[in-house]
Amino acid sequence: MSFDATFQEKKLKSVGTRPLRPDGVDKVTGRARYGADYNMPGQLVARVLRSPHAHARIVRIDTARAEGLKGVKAVITAADLPDLTNGNAALFAILDNCMARTKALYDGHAVAAVAAIDAKVARAALKLIEVEYEILPHVVDVDAAARPDAPVIDEGIFTSGVEPKPDSPSNVAARSEFGHGDVEAGFAKAEVIVERSYKTEQTHQGYIEPHACVANCNADGTADLWVCTQGHFVYRQNCADLLGLEVSKLRVTSSEIGGGFGGKTHVWAEPVALALSRKAGRPVKLVMSREEVFRASGPTSATSIDVKIGATRDGRITAATSTLRYTSGPYPDTWAEIGAMTSFACYDLENVKTVGFEVVVNRPKVAAYRAPSAPMAAFAVESAIDELAQEIGMDAVELRIKNAAQEGTRASYGPVYGPIGIGPTLDAARVHPHMSAPLGKNQGRGMACGFWFNFGGETCTDLNISADGTVTLAVGTVDVGGSRASLSLIAAEEMGIPYDDIKAVVADTATLGYNDMTDGSRGTFSSSMATISAARNAITVMRERAALMWDIPVEDVYWEEGQAKAAGSKYGNLSPLSVKDIAAEAGNTGGPIAGHSELVADGAGVSFATHICDVEVDPETGATSIVRYTVIQDAGKAVHPSYVEGQYQGGAAQGIGWALNEEYIYGEDGRLQNPGFLDYRIPVCSDLPMIDTQILEIPNPNHPYGVRGVGETSIVPPLAAVANAVSNAAGVRLSHVPISPPRILAALHKQARE
Amino acid sequence: MLYERPKTLQDAVGMLAETRGKAFVLAGGTDLLVRMKSDEFDANLIVDIKSIEGMSEIVETDGAFVIGAAVCCAALGEHEALRDAWPGVVEAANLIGSTQIQGRCTIAGNLCNASPAADSVPALVAAGARAKIVGPDGTRTVDVQEIPLGPGKTSLKAGELVQSIDLPKPAPRSADAYLRFIPRTEMDIAVVGVAVNLTLDADGTVASARVALGAVAPTVVLSEAAAGTLLGTRLEDEALDALAAACSAASNPIDDKRGTIEFRKHVAGVLGRRAARMAYDRAGGA
Ligand SMILES: Cc1cc2nc3c(=O)[nH]c(=O)nc-3n(C[C@H](O)[C@H](O)[C@H](O)COP(=O)(O)OP(=O)(O)OC[C@H]3O[C@@H](n4cnc5c(N)ncnc54)[C@H](O)[C@@H]3O)c2cc1C
Repeated sequence: MSFDATFQEKKLKSVGTRPLRPDGVDKVTGRARYGADYNMPGQLVARVLRSPHAHARIVRIDTARAEGLKGVKAVITAADLPDLTNGNAALFAILDNCMARTKALYDGHAVAAVAAIDAKVARAALKLIEVEYEILPHVVDVDAAARPDAPVIDEGIFTSGVEPKPDSPSNVAARSEFGHGDVEAGFAKAEVIVERSYKTEQTHQGYIEPHACVANCNADGTADLWVCTQGHFVYRQNCADLLGLEVSKLRVTSSEIGGGFGGKTHVWAEPVALALSRKAGRPVKLVMSREEVFRASGPTSATSIDVKIGATRDGRITAATSTLRYTSGPYPDTWAEIGAMTSFACYDLENVKTVGFEVVVNRPKVAAYRAPSAPMAAFAVESAIDELAQEIGMDAVELRIKNAAQEGTRASYGPVYGPIGIGPTLDAARVHPHMSAPLGKNQGRGMACGFWFNFGGETCTDLNISADGTVTLAVGTVDVGGSRASLSLIAAEEMGIPYDDIKAVVADTATLGYNDMTDGSRGTFSSSMATISAARNAITVMRERAALMWDIPVEDVYWEEGQAKAAGSKYGNLSPLSVKDIAAEAGNTGGPIAGHSELVADGAGVSFATHICDVEVDPETGATSIVRYTVIQDAGKAVHPSYVEGQYQGGAAQGIGWALNEEYIYGEDGRLQNPGFLDYRIPVCSDLPMIDTQILEIPNPNHPYGVRGVGETSIVPPLAAVANAVSNAAGVRLSHVPISPPRILAALHKQARE
Repeated sequence: MLYERPKTLQDAVGMLAETRGKAFVLAGGTDLLVRMKSDEFDANLIVDIKSIEGMSEIVETDGAFVIGAAVCCAALGEHEALRDAWPGVVEAANLIGSTQIQGRCTIAGNLCNASPAADSVPALVAAGARAKIVGPDGTRTVDVQEIPLGPGKTSLKAGELVQSIDLPKPAPRSADAYLRFIPRTEMDIAVVGVAVNLTLDADGTVASARVALGAVAPTVVLSEAAAGTLLGTRLEDEALDALAAACSAASNPIDDKRGTIEFRKHVAGVLGRRAARMAYDRAGGA
């Protein structure tokens, strides 16, 4: 059935209210089932043996002694996961990352795994596996890895995107370029030029729930996987591809999720658990420890970025360039390319050029982290913009307003924008009381803008009406931030029934068509589109049933406020039929009533935010405290405002942690020094003030309610907002994130010496 | 692995002495339970001391506060007389972890865990605390700084355990203070910690001083040089500058994931100065 997704202004009853989330009670009473809360009869415990070396050839693995240990039911190595990837490099990278084939490429890279009757035996078995390594030179730093004398991690990598193609391999996997105009001519017109280099360290998504799954492979070729994931359909596809299973015979059920932020868009443990189960002939549970989560899952890229911006004295930017180097772990990916696309997306520039370099290093394979690649690029660009404002003596907000992109602007990465929110968020920031609040001693204020694309993608939803007129809504996008509540509101709005009459669930892969995962801020955007479509289809069916009940033509039945009504005066004495009335008669009018929808949700509207941050810096110790923080962001339409605010606050909190203290610290030996929450310092509650939020609603023309994704953009500005605030408070520019106390103090001491 | 929860000290000592293989005392468990999760951990016996009679009490005698080894740090904060006498020791104990952690953790455990960064240890050392140790050969009492020998290592012999931490009653016009640096506001580990304990003359000059530094060397540093800078002063600016320089000089830290040498040495001086000021004010100096 055709579906019209264009935005229509209308009065809303349910959308925009703040009811309790349907999953809330289970979560606060501890009854919600997360990845590790599922068990099967006869289940074994899996453990993974990991490389202690950053880079080493695997000369020999001997599993005989482990296999001989009483209670061990299976031991696997890469030999048990044969290469079925057929030349698909991205899939091969996933396979090799799950279990190292010829070389261990980072500290923590899996080399073997066991399944045993209990955790004690599994642990003992790991110690009996003998691995002979030939240690190779390693490199973990982004700039060191890009140098010509760096140890080459993969002899098969020749930089793509350069002419002529290089004739020797290197760690620079790809070059990408975006932009338009003539930057040289633009810089020639500039009266002031700011040119700076920046660095950001690698961070982890830091989700509280470690990866966990239970896998069961049956002898008949069917299999089940219970797993904590952001996308069970994608996990199904990946696992089926890697294990040679038929896709429909692998049923994947997603658990509740204790945080993902992009880190659970990628398989690590699941193919290993399935391979162990296949070999052992029993169900296998695999739960990663926190140390394993840090060493072998997640993280984001470390970066090194150069920015050059030229402007006239009246604040018009004449040219801007950025060169961005992003680590991708040991396998090539597209993180620098995304960074290059986003770096100047907030601005309307005549001459702009951005160049990304993808750099492989001996660190874990990079996974998406909330608006992946954008925060680092924004840190560099927004820091430079701040310095530019200072150099020309212009207010930081005014300079940004003067150069902000607007409807019709050609973005630095290509497309021409429709109606967008960057201007409105800046205007709101300018008049926000936070902007003019007085600052105390040693305090400073910073601001920054951020952009994110937002995605749509393949989506499928079922809406079933029960005999009592209540509704179950089965969606295929994992609920990472309250989407079951938002989608119930959408269904309630469309059908005209109360929110409480709807029960939304996340269906497993066997009971619903394919859905892309919950990433790219697409969960509520795309599934709400499919829910609207499904609801409208169900209404069509209900109109038909009402017509049958009344014995009048269906064309004379219309739907209004949750009821079928007969049109025109000739049916004047027919009282409207509610969903409950129609549902009660369903058995006599054609059977169950359902609405179904499958679509590709196109037109996810781009999203912008402006953040304001006040900090206080202790000049004697370099300690920074966040005094006040405000997030202003365009939501398109806030379906459930509380959960939109939660997304704004969560992204800001994560960004603040990244800005101030979070970083992967490697030793000389290439081993991760801080794989735990004691020394990998995410913010604790007392580190943060209440984060203020302001929701702007600039409707997305491509969604019936104007919804845009909201989940990711909020992590884009904080690195720069905090860095600008700290730089203003300390009186010295900080260009290396995290801006930890030792870095601040070192900068202050250096300035004092100079 | 065996878990025992004896009711008497004799039983506890007997169990520890008799076991073959590794044995651990369990007080609050906030260090031990974390370690037990590691793949490297191995033990034959865990002896929980929380049920031993008297172990969870603070006894005030004429000359001292005797703090049982199972007294949790939250209880120190609730003991008014102790708080008045040793505000620095109590504030150090009440910095450990979080409210939840403080409901379990002990200062004896903090000491016996032998972490260079232990928060209560510099304060205990500056206060001149003594540890009463019981073992198969009887009882002995030592200065607390004699227990940690280096990261994770103590001078306790097989079968020995700390029965109590004894804090002397302070002289008039005395007070202590403890400050630590952490990048976060809680749930973190000290990058530098400094405790200062001062006794003043009637005219407000410093008559005696003890300065102890944590997290800047393998074990806590009791610096006579740093203490010396304060004697006979009223914490004038020059005295505080000298103290800061002496604290920095007494620090012998390493570069690691928690901080750099340069940072730790500098901040040791900053915190020394601030802690001295706090102790001085508390002691009634003006
Ligand atoms: C989340 C968290 C935060 C923390 N934050 C801090 C902090 O801010 N500052 C800080 O200093 N520490 C911190 N710690 C570490 C820990 O809480 C402290 O070291 C605490 O004081 C240990 O006391 P406990 O009673 O729990 O020791 P336990 O874990 O019971 O024991 C620690 C060690 O001492 C031994 N031991 C204990 N009692 C005795 C005894 N009577 N005789 C002989 N040996 C004994 C044990 O065998 C063990 O080896 C933190 C720990 C956690 C989990």
